[in-house]
Amino acid sequence: MTDRRGFLRMTMMGAAGLVLAGCDRISQSSWGPKVLGSAEGLNRRVQALLAPSSAMAREYSEADISAVFRANGTTMPRAAAYQALLANQFRDYRLSVDGLVARPTTLSIDDLKALDLRSQITRHDCVEGWSVIGKWQGTLLSAVLDHVGVEPQARYVVFHCFDNMGLGTPYYESLDLDEARHPQTLLAYGLNDQPVPVANGAPLRLRVGRQLGYKQAKYIRRIELVESFATIGEGHGGYWEDQGYEWYAGI
Amino acid sequence: MTSPDPTVAKVAGAEPISQPIRRWRSRVVYRHKLPIRIMHWVNVIALSVMFFSGLQIFNAHPSLSWGQKTIPGRELLVLGARQDASGKLIGITQIGQHQFTTTGVLGVSAGSDGLPQVRGFPSWLTVPGPTWLAMGRRWHFFFAWVFVLNGLCYVGYSLARKHLQRDLWPTRSDWRGIGRSIVDHLHFSQPHGDEALRYNILQRLTYLTVIFVFGTGIVLMGLAMSPRMDTVLGPVLDLVGGRQSARTIHFVIAWAFVAFVLVHLFEVLVSGVANQLRGMITGYFRVDDPPASTPTITGQESPHD
Repeated sequence: MTDRRGFLRMTMMGAAGLVLAGCDRISQSSWGPKVLGSAEGLNRRVQALLAPSSAMAREYSEADISAVFRANGTTMPRAAAYQALLANQFRDYRLSVDGLVARPTTLSIDDLKALDLRSQITRHDCVEGWSVIGKWQGTLLSAVLDHVGVEPQARYVVFHCFDNMGLGTPYYESLDLDEARHPQTLLAYGLNDQPVPVANGAPLRLRVGRQLGYKQAKYIRRIELVESFATIGEGHGGYWEDQGYEWYAGI
Repeated sequence: MTSPDPTVAKVAGAEPISQPIRRWRSRVVYRHKLPIRIMHWVNVIALSVMFFSGLQIFNAHPSLSWGQKTIPGRELLVLGARQDASGKLIGITQIGQHQFTTTGVLGVSAGSDGLPQVRGFPSWLTVPGPTWLAMGRRWHFFFAWVFVLNGLCYVGYSLARKHLQRDLWPTRSDWRGIGRSIVDHLHFSQPHGDEALRYNILQRLTYLTVIFVFGTGIVLMGLAMSPRMDTVLGPVLDLVGGRQSARTIHFVIAWAFVAFVLVHLFEVLVSGVANQLRGMITGYFRVDDPPASTPTITGQESPHD
């Protein structure tokens, strides 16, 4: 019995080791990640089916707001252009909106407030697993899109940011027009009734109610309407998407 | 093990001389049908990948909280690290307010270069081995479909073929035999003959719990972590207390699956690993039949004791 048990244990541990090593080989291969990534499209469609595009993220009460809104990723962009704006408390900040739009324009924070001003308390879920709740003041992205007039061939809204990641790769993100026009998709300039702190993306960041944290681009410099994001960055629609994360970050 | 050797006849002196010696016989029966066998092994693969890639995902935030949000300092479990006076990394597992040093396994363990690395679970428990959240998520969300679709096929097949109703749903006599079944399990005594072919009450309750409570629960808690799915899963979040509670329950059920698998493997081991493996691979299972009618032996111990 002891021999048999020892043999079984060795077989099991050997098998487990082989399986884990095999998984690593597949992860490193050119085809493995593609096969595994094939579930992404299915996930996106099933999420859209079960939770329709009009479905709203839960909004919380003041009592639920986190004492500290945890900051992740860049907490202080080093770009000279950003530092110059910061030195003047972002009074000279202008958001550029261009690409496939009828009226390319630049907007100050006050211009944005004039277009639309709303507040919402929503939960922020990081891809790492943690959650924080914050109260955001901002302008509906759809109000901005209506203001500039979206050309019919435009399919995605790309957010170009001031901050560089790792070896100087600029952060960027993208949404499709459906998500961009959702009533909980904001360009936020206020967090918990104060201007958004630098660590959380001052002066303007994106808030998407139904996706993970890495979609919520901070330090937005420019918004561009495009037909395809294939030529931007490495072509996957965002900085983290280029590192292998899902473009639709609904789970 | 207290079960009798089937090749040995009963204690000679106990048999009345007028009766022939009765022997144990063994027969091979077709026990597990092909679809069940396939689904069993698909589930083994899916569940393994889900578990190991799940620990990879957990490592991105190696702590557990309760409620809607993460409150620093109020975690239920943290797999963390600190440096000692000489700068050496020490792995710390904190459960509630209690801290344990777990260097080498939890909190701090060897990275691919062999040097100590801050990571929740060690690389030999994660898929992929190195810290790589994006890839862990790919494995997890691909095999989640394998797990869910395989599970749905299993439930559908079992209902259609009455496997669920006949073999898993406890009968009234199963319930009456629960005390006996517990005693048998504590003695590791194995059933024989037709009894070995049917699931006893503890097996039935375990399988039903694992399939319907663990299976449904872990999928639901996984979905409740999705910000998109949360737009329609509000009642589920309210039921468990929030997204971080759902994450904690997801983690606990994952380990409950591990506990089930360990008990399951132990039972396979003590009930004849070759026979059980053959049963789940080829479908054919050997049963030992006791002598046709066991004579009452006054004053003698029965072979089961």
